[in-house]
Amino acid sequence: MKYFTRPKIRRVLQWRGEPISLNRRTKISEYESLVIRVEGLPRTTVINVGQHILIEGEDEENPYVAKVLRLFGDESGTQKKVTVQWYSMVSEVPLSKLKLLGREPHPQEIFYYQGPNCDDEVSAESILRPVKVKHLDGSAPFPDPGDPDSLYVKLSWDSKTFKVVDSALVNPDPAPASCPKPSLPPSPPCSPPAAAPASRGLARRALPTPDPSVMRRAALGEVRYSRASASAGKACYAAEAESLHSATKLSASKCLSAKRRNAMERTPGVRKKLELCSPEKKSMSHTDVLSQLLDEDLESEGMLAQHLSSSPPRTLSLGHRLTPLKKSRRASAAQDASPLKESTGMDSPPPSAAEDSSRELLDKSPQQGGLVEAGLPTSSVKTPRRRNATPRGKYATRGQKASTPSRQKGSKVLKEPALGALAEVDHEDSPMLPVTTPRSSKRKSARLVLSRIKVQLSLLENQQDRDSDSEEEDDFVPSKKELQSSSEEEEEGEEEAGLDSDEDVVVKKRRHASAGSRTPRSKQKTSTRTPRKTPNRKVTPSTPRTPHRATPSIPSRSRPARQPANVLEEARIRLHVSSVPESLPCREQEFQDIYSFVESKIIDGTGGCMYISGVPGTGKTATVHEVMRCLQHAADVDEIPPFHFIEINGMKMTDPHQAYVQILQKLTGQKATADHAAALLEKRFSNPAPKRESTVLLVDELDLLWTRKQNVMYNLFDWPTRRHARLVVLTIANTMDLPERIMINRVASRLGLTRMSFQPYSFKQLQQIITSRLNKVKAFEEDALQLVSRKVAALSGDARRCLDICRRATEICEHSASDPSATGLVGMGHVMDALNEMFSSAYITAIKCASVQEQIFLRAVIAEFRRLGLEEATFQQVFVQHQALCRVEGLQPISVSEGLAVCQRLGACRVLLLEPSRLGVLQRVRLNVSQDDVVFALKAD
Amino acid sequence: MSKRKVGAAHMPVGECITQVQEILRQRFCRQRVPDRPGGVEAQHKHLLGLLKRTAVHGESNSVLIVGPRGAGKTMLLKCVLRDLMEEKEVQKNLLQVHLNGLLQTDDRIALKEITRQLSLENVVGDKVFGSFSENLVFLLEALKKGDRSSSRPVLFVLDEFDLFAHHKNQTLLYNLFDVSQSAQTPIAVVGLTCRLDVLELLEKRVKSRFSHRQIHLLSSLTFPQYLERVQTQLSLPDDFPDENFAQNWNSSIKAVCEDKSVRDVLQRHFNSSKDHRTMNMLLMLCLSRVSVSKPTIKPADVLEASRMCFSDAKANMLHGLSILELCLIIAMKHLNDIYEGEPFNLQMVHNEFKKFLHRKSSSMYNFEQPVIMKAFEHLQQLELIRPVDGSSAKTQREYQLMRLMLDHSQIMEALQKYPQCPTDVKQWAMSAFG
Repeated sequence: MKYFTRPKIRRVLQWRGEPISLNRRTKISEYESLVIRVEGLPRTTVINVGQHILIEGEDEENPYVAKVLRLFGDESGTQKKVTVQWYSMVSEVPLSKLKLLGREPHPQEIFYYQGPNCDDEVSAESILRPVKVKHLDGSAPFPDPGDPDSLYVKLSWDSKTFKVVDSALVNPDPAPASCPKPSLPPSPPCSPPAAAPASRGLARRALPTPDPSVMRRAALGEVRYSRASASAGKACYAAEAESLHSATKLSASKCLSAKRRNAMERTPGVRKKLELCSPEKKSMSHTDVLSQLLDEDLESEGMLAQHLSSSPPRTLSLGHRLTPLKKSRRASAAQDASPLKESTGMDSPPPSAAEDSSRELLDKSPQQGGLVEAGLPTSSVKTPRRRNATPRGKYATRGQKASTPSRQKGSKVLKEPALGALAEVDHEDSPMLPVTTPRSSKRKSARLVLSRIKVQLSLLENQQDRDSDSEEEDDFVPSKKELQSSSEEEEEGEEEAGLDSDEDVVVKKRRHASAGSRTPRSKQKTSTRTPRKTPNRKVTPSTPRTPHRATPSIPSRSRPARQPANVLEEARIRLHVSSVPESLPCREQEFQDIYSFVESKIIDGTGGCMYISGVPGTGKTATVHEVMRCLQHAADVDEIPPFHFIEINGMKMTDPHQAYVQILQKLTGQKATADHAAALLEKRFSNPAPKRESTVLLVDELDLLWTRKQNVMYNLFDWPTRRHARLVVLTIANTMDLPERIMINRVASRLGLTRMSFQPYSFKQLQQIITSRLNKVKAFEEDALQLVSRKVAALSGDARRCLDICRRATEICEHSASDPSATGLVGMGHVMDALNEMFSSAYITAIKCASVQEQIFLRAVIAEFRRLGLEEATFQQVFVQHQALCRVEGLQPISVSEGLAVCQRLGACRVLLLEPSRLGVLQRVRLNVSQDDVVFALKAD
Repeated sequence: MSKRKVGAAHMPVGECITQVQEILRQRFCRQRVPDRPGGVEAQHKHLLGLLKRTAVHGESNSVLIVGPRGAGKTMLLKCVLRDLMEEKEVQKNLLQVHLNGLLQTDDRIALKEITRQLSLENVVGDKVFGSFSENLVFLLEALKKGDRSSSRPVLFVLDEFDLFAHHKNQTLLYNLFDVSQSAQTPIAVVGLTCRLDVLELLEKRVKSRFSHRQIHLLSSLTFPQYLERVQTQLSLPDDFPDENFAQNWNSSIKAVCEDKSVRDVLQRHFNSSKDHRTMNMLLMLCLSRVSVSKPTIKPADVLEASRMCFSDAKANMLHGLSILELCLIIAMKHLNDIYEGEPFNLQMVHNEFKKFLHRKSSSMYNFEQPVIMKAFEHLQQLELIRPVDGSSAKTQREYQLMRLMLDHSQIMEALQKYPQCPTDVKQWAMSAFG
């Protein structure tokens, strides 16, 4: 659902240590570990063999999980490759297969991938960062809220079935010695918060019992994790980092000691920084620490969100999605507001005792320094406060949720509790604080710390405020206010009025997004590359204009449909076009051709286009569907690799560009605007992805996808030619020469020459179709069938027509069943009646049934045409003839108005073609029927 | 007045008249569906069977009801729906969607209306959310989810069906017919149209998906049947509160229908058109002449009503013209005679008029040029004359080419009836040469 592009940062990959082995022939050397360093940043990530990593996926929010098996590169060092063992995320398993699991998949669950057809060699460039993967026994429950940053393996997945996986396969023997860090610089911070809190809400819903303590522990763990990484990143103490990392898995006490050690060693440095107060030099690293703090959080949250959003049961309603988001925003807004207050009256609120205790704490425990340090970057860096407020706000929300789980909807979240929770969480930031501290004092001490930070912050800000910064502040303040006010507005009827306030939300988000997208620009040059639109785009899907979760359905009937009672009814059901026949007769050759075309493409893992033409009702779409059914079956029994079949129809969309939206929707379930969808698809099909299944795309009614620039068609035919697309496009249209007629050269050329034409059915084929459909239900006389098929074959060869006529004939037969001579079978007579009904033109009957004056008028028309020698006359001219004819017939002549009325009536039936009636007597009259027909109809009287 | 004392069920005449007016008006204004469809029993049976199969068996169908205006298409459909709804099995099952080509002028509106009438889940209150494409996808999704045996059948009634065929790409029709031809929610599409060539309007793909069932409503009514219908339309039902009044009324109606002059008038109407609507119009005019002081319809009422029906609209307008305007019309008529319908301009008309004045040498019609201009413009406003298409506003008004929108017979008729028309003007109009 969410999407944002990370600013691309140059990353340097280096081998660490000597190659453990070197293949002399291939000149490939294998290494133990890999160091990833982001240019300009001092910290590094180390990837070891046996460690689990995240690998760039098709889009950023769907990374792949894998375990490093081998790290190797060529001598020159230009090519760095990783051999991996893949894991499947829940989102990667097709929904249909997910049912095999027999339970709801855990959002953080992954599956050991044992399927075929998977490239296990990836470029080291695509590694995102390490990730924790835990193995769980098949019966073991998932740790309830669990560590939000780790993933769990229970089962293996081989694209067919789930199996229990052995823990030895999953768990690497040694604890990975690396400091986990996001290998990419921070993404625009504004975008994740928009969705992340929502996911938080989701998580809460998904988990059955949100035990407050557990929740808090979870939050704690996460924070600890990020802090650990931050400190490690700064100090570059690999060993310590290692222990820290493992500590997150280990007991809390161990972690504590490690931290203490860590913090102690660091304290002087921190002090120094405090004194320096000139962050120009250090600002970069500060920024990093901060952004890392944020980013880590965001990323993990993003992961979670993605896990959740991609987990199949999408039962959550809009209200739920929106609510937590607003809440967090409000909380953050509240927090934004609070510093100002706090910094002015810094010492007044906390009672002295608490203050003392907290001071004591400050003095005694060096960790407190750590806390200050953690807070300090927020101040020393010229990031607007807002930025650090965002994650805090989230913490606040979380903490609050943890402490008061009953306050579910948060419709009454006041500023005060938010603030309190915030303070509380701040405490939790520093896990070394004695747990015995009473909550209130905790809160107060935290507030104290906060206020100190604020003093620092204001000091620093004074010094280093730059134009851009102040401008930012200026910009930001009003929007903040608005945020708050609008969120307050919404408080009342959030759930129900979610729709009404849609506009509000959008506006808010826009502001929010734009404010956010500005933020990083001043901070980091690289991030200016982030397209400004991205956050906006990302926001769009989460503020749906329609309730996306509304299930489109027609209510079910109160009584079941009646089953067919006799042979004729049975026959009628079988003859209905909608009934799916057991087989498709008469299209064996075409079936074979399409089948082998698609099959070969799927097996080869390549792409291609095919153009299928034929007049309506010749079984084009039915044949393709049949092919797909067979292929799907083949894929199910593992004869061919699994593939994805999607179908779009030019007639079923309002605009050619909607094709992108529909393809994307069917491919990934995402909703996006047409432009965005096009970009996403473009990206998907042009980038390599290791675990991609082939996609078969059926484009029905291709001619309607024509646009002036033909870009839709161009893209559809261009994607299959991409190396990594694995896309097979089958297109269907009516005209044989469509590529030549409407396509410009570059489009036609991409479509290629694989064409197929469906000939209209011959009478024998039609007969065979009906017979096969009837399938031994004896309802028709043989002659009758032949008559129908011959008649239809002569006219159009449209199988639909044929079936419709047969159906109508059974009805006529049923109606005439009372006739004693009837055999109960549909005979020639019935078929003839049906044919007459459907094919005979009604004009002659209409003229016969017309009123006297109308008939005279028609005669007058013909007389006038004959007189003029033209096929057209004005009403005035015809009317003169009409009057004369009336006199001949001995009728009273009619007035002009009446004559016009007669003329209009004939015109409405389209027996006559008329000019607009405002022309009155001057309107021109033409016949829509041949003169002979009119004469014939009038004579028959 | 003595009748009033007989029987318990009598009412004052005034009340009876009100009742009569009410009952008959409802009948004439088609607010009430007649108990049985007159003359279209076969079609009724056909349509009823078809819709019943959709409602009961879940069989998708599509059908067009074609017939000239006033042939009773809507009446037939209403009758069928009423009969259909009387069945228990259908009552709770059938969903109905009524669309009109004159109201739902494009697919976007039509889709919103469908979603609203089906009250799908993206409808809140009376508003339908989502863009056009979202709505389409949503609706198709909804229809796709159903299947023959489990979902409620939907009846789509498309009034003025031919107008739907003019929508862009015929998206709506394609999708409706496509659903009706595939194993989705059972639907029945009933189109009502007066165009006999409606199938030619359908795009080939749409046409292929349409089942080609057409029910033609072409009345082969004879004059005795027509008379009978007039009588039944005017007759009071048996359950009229005041029995005596009803009897009297019905017998008087019968007498009226047997009257020679009335029959002649009705014959003329029958010759002109057989449709229900013009007949109802005539009867409505008759009915409006019934009052407490005149509690029955007399033959004279019918004659008067008929006269009103047949009166020529344009000729009526001529009665309201001034002498000068009438003179100009006559001059135009002569110009038309001379130049065989070629267009004319004000100057020519003025010249023609002046010629007439010279001959008569009377000064009573001596008008200034601006006055004549004004009269000319008035005629144009009344659309008795209209500018020739090609001539733009660039030319001076005096020289703008015009055409007369009247037939000679209309002018002569108007002159006959024009109050106090001067004899010389009349003579001028009648004379062959200006």
